[in-house]
Amino acid sequence: MKRRTFLDVFLAASGAALAAFVAYPIARYLVPPKAPEAATRRVVAAKQDELAPGGFKIFPFGGEPGILIRGRNGEYRALSAVCTHLGCTVQLRPDGQSIWCACHNGLYDLEGRNVSGPPPRPLESYVVHVIGGDVVVEKAKGA
Amino acid sequence: MNLADWLRERLGLEALDHVIEKKRVPVHRHTFWYYWGGMTLFLFGVQVATGILLVLYYRPSADEAYESVRFLMTQVSFGWLIRSIHSWSANLLVGAAMIHMFSAFMLKSYRRPREVTWLTGMGLFVLCLAFGFSGYLLPWNQLAFFATKVGTDIMGSVPLVGPFLARLLRGGDQITGGTLTRFFGFHVAILPLCMTALLGIHLFLVQWHGMSVPPGAEQPVAAPKQEMKFVPDFLLRDLVGWLAALGALALLAALFPWELGLKADPYAFAPAGIKPEWYFGYMFQTLRMIPSRVLGIEGELLGIVGFGLGALVWALVPFLDAPDGRGPRARFWRVVGVLAMLYVVVFTLLVYRGGPS
Repeated sequence: MKRRTFLDVFLAASGAALAAFVAYPIARYLVPPKAPEAATRRVVAAKQDELAPGGFKIFPFGGEPGILIRGRNGEYRALSAVCTHLGCTVQLRPDGQSIWCACHNGLYDLEGRNVSGPPPRPLESYVVHVIGGDVVVEKAKGA
Repeated sequence: MNLADWLRERLGLEALDHVIEKKRVPVHRHTFWYYWGGMTLFLFGVQVATGILLVLYYRPSADEAYESVRFLMTQVSFGWLIRSIHSWSANLLVGAAMIHMFSAFMLKSYRRPREVTWLTGMGLFVLCLAFGFSGYLLPWNQLAFFATKVGTDIMGSVPLVGPFLARLLRGGDQITGGTLTRFFGFHVAILPLCMTALLGIHLFLVQWHGMSVPPGAEQPVAAPKQEMKFVPDFLLRDLVGWLAALGALALLAALFPWELGLKADPYAFAPAGIKPEWYFGYMFQTLRMIPSRVLGIEGELLGIVGFGLGALVWALVPFLDAPDGRGPRARFWRVVGVLAMLYVVVFTLLVYRGGPS
């Protein structure tokens, strides 16, 4: 190898190494740190008399919104409020018969099954207990 | 020696004089479309000026962003005007850029040797959309929150790199104050840097190659050239357009000040009637209309991959079209251009008619 070639290769390699040393920390810096997985499995979603029959509320559940619905007969059901299409927060339709996402017009029934519009999957449903005066929502076993 | 001469000698302005003196704009029946690049540039200038003013009051954190914009709108003298002009100008800017892009496409200005000019233009357009998307979140209101949720979710469904990309954009798994700070960084530092560099190349190439004359308007070499001087003839006409744009901005800002809406709440449901800025409207409408599954493929994925491929073909058209802009291949791409325009216009209008619900 000629001395000239050697120097060229050496210089290029050094330059590349230097660039990598600068770029690597920057690239790593831009990637946000992993937040610890929210371990929440149960949460108090509402007080027992907070919702009138036919009403609903959005409650925080492990960093994500959940929807608590009180049926006409006073029974509770709880589902994830994150639309399975593009992640908007769903709401109960005024008629109380379906769950609706305003972003792209996705429709679910009260069991959370995707009925029409773009949502590809049903909403995750949760287990509801009424304990003391609290409505407690819990992730289903195995979920 | 007076000051002007003293400066000329030291700054080498003779070279610039030469460029100004030499620059010509072809005159033919499509000359009108040449004004739209300058219009886009002018509106970008308005964005830089008003953006710098907004930064003086804006606070990029989830606890303060909404309040700082409200303070700006209600307490700061002319704060409402500066913010409204910034928002309106952003919309007109994307509109002007679209007109500039579609006219360059239809007039086949991307033909040799201007392929790189077209590619940098594509890059600038994507940057404009990124500016729009990142700036939309900054007031931290309800609409912005869900627009960002949907937008980053769309990025998240890009095959392979999606989840990583969504986390990178959000600065985590959810839209939080961290996302806001990050978007502020994109909007006022990273994107302007990219824009300056790419815009510099784009403008240099436009000077270097001169204006493209569309295939139908070329004249025989022997004929006297139909053209006008850039300074002052074309520039003065440009100025008329810019003045009109400034007037339109003032009018829009005064009659329709930009709303602030409700503060973002991660635990509120998406409000009815929610829709993105109009320039994302055709994509929004498409995503709304694709069923959840098409031939076993998730509809959302299909839409996103479709948009990606469409944008790629659009960017590569200088290499796909006939080099001389004539013949059946050139006609084919002209039809593609018309169809693309029809698609964008019709689907954008559908958003405002409510579309199928």
